[in-house]
Amino acid sequence: MSENILGPVAEPTSANQSQAQAQQRDPHELPVVRIRPSRKWVALNLRDLWSYRELLYFLTWRDVKVRYKQTAFGAAWAIIQPIFSMLIFALFFGKLAGMPSDGIPYPIFAFVGLLPWTFFANAVTASGNSLVGSSNLITKVYFPRMIIPGAAVAAGLVDFAIAFMILALLMAYYAVTVTWSILLLPLLVILTAVLAVGVGMWTSALNVKYRDVRHALPFLVQLWFFATPIVYPTSIVPAKWRWLMALNPMSGIIDGYRAALLGREFDIRGLLTSTAITVVLLVYGAYTFRRMEKTFADIV
Amino acid sequence: MTPIIKVENLSKQYRIGSRQASYATLRTSLAEMARAPMKHLRRNGRSPAETIWALKDVSFEVMLGEVVGIIGRNGAGKSTLLKILSRITEPTSGGVDLHGRVGSLLEVGTGFHAELTGRENIYLNGAILGMKKTEIDHKFDEIVAFAEIERFIDTAVKHYSSGMYMRLAFSVAAHLEPEILLVDEVLAVGDSAFQRKCLGKMGDVAKEGRTVLFVSHNMSAVQSLCKRAIWLQDGKVKKDGQSDYVVAQYLKNRTDSTQEKTWDEVEKAPGNELVRLRSVCILPEKGNAIDILSVRTPFTIEVDYVTLKEGMRLNISMLLYNQERTCVFASTTVDETKWDGKPFPLGLFRSVCQIPGNLLNEGIYSIALLIVKDTTLPIHSEEDALVFEVHDDGSGRGDWYGKWPGVVRPNLEWHTDFVSSLDS
Repeated sequence: MSENILGPVAEPTSANQSQAQAQQRDPHELPVVRIRPSRKWVALNLRDLWSYRELLYFLTWRDVKVRYKQTAFGAAWAIIQPIFSMLIFALFFGKLAGMPSDGIPYPIFAFVGLLPWTFFANAVTASGNSLVGSSNLITKVYFPRMIIPGAAVAAGLVDFAIAFMILALLMAYYAVTVTWSILLLPLLVILTAVLAVGVGMWTSALNVKYRDVRHALPFLVQLWFFATPIVYPTSIVPAKWRWLMALNPMSGIIDGYRAALLGREFDIRGLLTSTAITVVLLVYGAYTFRRMEKTFADIV
Repeated sequence: MTPIIKVENLSKQYRIGSRQASYATLRTSLAEMARAPMKHLRRNGRSPAETIWALKDVSFEVMLGEVVGIIGRNGAGKSTLLKILSRITEPTSGGVDLHGRVGSLLEVGTGFHAELTGRENIYLNGAILGMKKTEIDHKFDEIVAFAEIERFIDTAVKHYSSGMYMRLAFSVAAHLEPEILLVDEVLAVGDSAFQRKCLGKMGDVAKEGRTVLFVSHNMSAVQSLCKRAIWLQDGKVKKDGQSDYVVAQYLKNRTDSTQEKTWDEVEKAPGNELVRLRSVCILPEKGNAIDILSVRTPFTIEVDYVTLKEGMRLNISMLLYNQERTCVFASTTVDETKWDGKPFPLGLFRSVCQIPGNLLNEGIYSIALLIVKDTTLPIHSEEDALVFEVHDDGSGRGDWYGKWPGVVRPNLEWHTDFVSSLDS
């Protein structure tokens, strides 16, 4: 809901007029919000998002606080998921099926991939359901709706940080040499989060209109898991199909994590491809979200 | 002067019809697309369903510092109007210009989470309503004090009683300081003590010079807090003006009252071969511009009747019943000077009775009439001859807006004197 391509602004023309007729308490000098029915292509309204940034913090904080209230294990649940996944895969894929792992001990090979994946999968699922879950807010208060899937992803980052400590322990256990490439880790985390936000915005907006998304999402995330080289190395994929793998943005990202943390060689092309696809998904997700946003309060 | 809120031709259309139309599933949409691709594309995927205009061409302007009441029946479009002004939903056509920060109170306790403590919920709710963290820090103590929950501030909200919950939720919202405040019937919830507190706070906000739009069904609150009222009916502005006047018009329109009945044909009129009624009516005091019956104004009852037998000594008896069917009083023409005790010739008679102001409490009343011969023989009785409503005009209540108790409501004189100090 914006009136011009830049978002709600104090129109320069009315400001000039108001200066001419300055009154004792100028309502004209206050920011003007113009509410008009929006056209097909709505602006992203980044200015509004910025002024509501504190709300993003509060909603994330709420999600994190509430998640482990009244639980016996508390934040330990954040690490149980990747650890147990790793143990199961290490047993069945690593030992029994004899999956190769590029010369790295299988457990840590798998864990390095599982950790960011767990973050990504949980973030996408949580943000996919976030709008419908916050229907009480959407129908009663105004704030830029993009904050809702954003907060869901941000809350996942907290769990990621907790589980990362386990990774550090594992790396120590397996005596992994840390190289300078670990400095790229924050960038990779940001990239993963951005991808989660892009996908999350798109799925959450769709979910408001088509409730099938809620059911389809866990299943699709599961498929995506196997389509990404997490529990297997990219090297087992025949060379002529590698390009198909590259279309999956998470492939490049997971390989990037392995390179950063385990000192492997970086697949620059793969990483750049993933980054490009991530940006495209982000922009597409954002615009779809904004376009569907005007009907959220009416159909949620 | 530029208005602080300018609403121009605002319209909002909703699609109603089978619920499936709103929760579409991909499967049905795809199936429809396959069956009739061109039809789907042209209609942009919407199934033909009924539409209603929740708002149609609503236009008005609000100046800085005005407190405007929005009234109307349920479904008139009041909440939709506030939702559009709060940017929760979009207009179908038309537009609004708002100068200043808008605070919306459409619901009390939006975003409250049961697992969080009162303290945490204050921050969360405050942030959701648009307050910055520093602002909340600054007002934290005031908010807790207003809600009267100092002892429980660090307990999870799910353990609060509903009263505590309401007080806390309202307290956070009450400390919003936007330039424009939109309030939607939040004051209808909670017990009377809470409502009193809320309305008191609303009054303070209004006095501080903020612009307030107040949707309510509480007419006395609207008349006291708001100088101006807008009456919405079926999505359109029916009246927009001074709150006393608009409220009166709205109430008149709403009441199912029978303030007048006339029977022109003698044979069909109620009665018998001795006497027949011609008309009964109730009239507010002449010259009363507001033209509804209020607790303060006197009004008259007029009964026109035709005698069909000569020489009867007749009296009219009137019984006034309230909503609980309690008889408030009975009164007769027995001591009436002109015709009491005298034989009535054939013809049309009119008996008029004056009911003073400051007697009846607000409510719906009905009148039963009795025509009595020779002071003891009732010859005709008419139940519910008239039904009328007496309205509270909001005066004489100070700042209290609850329902005034009592069957009658006289305006008695009180004297207060200082008798002595406690030392002696």
